[in-house]
Amino acid sequence: MAEKVLMKGNEAIAESAIRAGCRFFFGYPITPQTELAAYMAKRMPKEGGTYLQAESEVAAINMVYGASAAGARVMTSSSSPGVSLKSEGVSYIAGADLPCLIINIERGGPGLGSIQPSQSDYWQATRALGHGDFQMVVYAPSTVQEMADLAYGAFDIADKYRTPVMILGDGMLGQMMEPVELPEPRTELPEKPWATTGHGNKREKNIANSLYLVAEELEKTNFERFERYEVIKANEQMSEEVDCEDADIIVVAFGASSRIARSAVRAAREEGIKAGLFRPITLWPFPTDALKATVGKAKAYLSVEMNMGQMVDDVRLVVEGAAPVDFYGRTGGVIPTPAEVLDKIRQINEGLGE
Amino acid sequence: MGIPNGLLEALKPVTLVVGHYGVGKTNFSVNLAIDLVGQGYEVTLIDLDIVNPYFRASEQRKLLEEHGIDLVAPVFAESGSSLDVPSLTGRIAPAIETAGGNRRVIIDVGGDDAGSVAVGRYARFIEAGDYAMICVLNRYRNLVQAPEDAVENLREIEVASRLKATALVSDAHLKAETTREVVENGVVYAREVADACDLPLVAACVPPCLTKISYDVDLYSLKMYVRSPWE
Repeated sequence: MAEKVLMKGNEAIAESAIRAGCRFFFGYPITPQTELAAYMAKRMPKEGGTYLQAESEVAAINMVYGASAAGARVMTSSSSPGVSLKSEGVSYIAGADLPCLIINIERGGPGLGSIQPSQSDYWQATRALGHGDFQMVVYAPSTVQEMADLAYGAFDIADKYRTPVMILGDGMLGQMMEPVELPEPRTELPEKPWATTGHGNKREKNIANSLYLVAEELEKTNFERFERYEVIKANEQMSEEVDCEDADIIVVAFGASSRIARSAVRAAREEGIKAGLFRPITLWPFPTDALKATVGKAKAYLSVEMNMGQMVDDVRLVVEGAAPVDFYGRTGGVIPTPAEVLDKIRQINEGLGE
Repeated sequence: MGIPNGLLEALKPVTLVVGHYGVGKTNFSVNLAIDLVGQGYEVTLIDLDIVNPYFRASEQRKLLEEHGIDLVAPVFAESGSSLDVPSLTGRIAPAIETAGGNRRVIIDVGGDDAGSVAVGRYARFIEAGDYAMICVLNRYRNLVQAPEDAVENLREIEVASRLKATALVSDAHLKAETTREVVENGVVYAREVADACDLPLVAACVPPCLTKISYDVDLYSLKMYVRSPWE
């Protein structure tokens, strides 16, 4: 077992990505994500990789597009406003069926917002970051260890399904420090026969493209892509459950807010309230199957988020009215406290007795 | 148990706390400030971290004021504001200049050479008086795990701050997962750094639960003040 080290979430993502074989990073500084880029600037040259601070987020994502087309493991990172700027490029990458990793260390929004932690880009991440018919796999780590593990595995998922993958973190996870056991560096990477590496007159040329002049052809690629999405939905859902088996109230929370919800659920149990935590680890695909399994048993659901209520939509789509789905959130960079969430759980519990 | 003698003697009217980003400087500084009050000193804590607005001493105002500590915070650090602008207050220089006697100043410096640049502006005021510059070492912090990396980091900090380090403190920890072995490995590492820099290792920090064990260095028991909202 590798020795544990103390790392910030931002650093853990960066180091893990390098160990997963990522050798190209294109980005632009923005708080609270900057350590990720700074870490890459320090480490990439030592691994023979490329760190490049682009002239803008738009340039950075198009560099990712190019490197991915050429078969490289490549990533970019930013925070909310910067991710919005990348959206056109992400759509092109999805349209060209190319793999890459995009990191969003969210801050308060909309607009320039605040530099404090937030989860208000849930809709943007899960409903499609950019125009057109596409989705991408979105991971929501809740510990620094999970940031390292998911960043490491994200490149495999991206390559396997030829899709952009996002890690949706927030300023709290990015900035906080926890012990981490880093994964072993990858020695072998998957073949990419589709990469534009030069045909050398030995094979048909490969093309990376998202422009289709014949509507039926574009429709066909979209149909094919959505068939792939069905496979992703069937195979890649991830979630964690804590004390859900006998729970009356299931608190659903992801990322940093799940850490707060976990404390609140533990405190509720100590008071004799049957509460449980359901934590989506993939936000897309949403862990519908696991959450569905709790429907009919739990008497109420509570979605806890650092936004005005976004994931609660997905919870309601799964629960389908079988039980009330309540929401508690703070927004704009304000972090809910375990005590606030506990109060909400108590209120719901009192309502159950009526 | 308070501040051990070796560390207490290494402190001066003005004490700067420097080190690699994220080793535990702020938690150490806050503990030091509170314990110095316990020793009967009037303490001013200057938060000079203007490179990273997260987990810095200014967030601890309530705690510090409860202990009668005067906090000098960066201009935009408080009243809920997080404006990411490196701006220093006019209160810093007078606080440094009036240190002495019963008045102690602790300066919690930002990480690495980048964070130490802000010290350089005050170097001549600091040098004019009696100062200590303590470098906090954490053997378990990524990127400074080899003693030579820690030495290089300290040299960069000295250049940026235009001051020389005077003592080392080991703060080897893995947050809640800190064990006796972690502390011991940290001390071995800190001694190597101390030998390479020709600086004294004046204390090893430990969580309160590990103070019963004896090590061949003075122990300084640290409370965890700098923490995540759910801890």
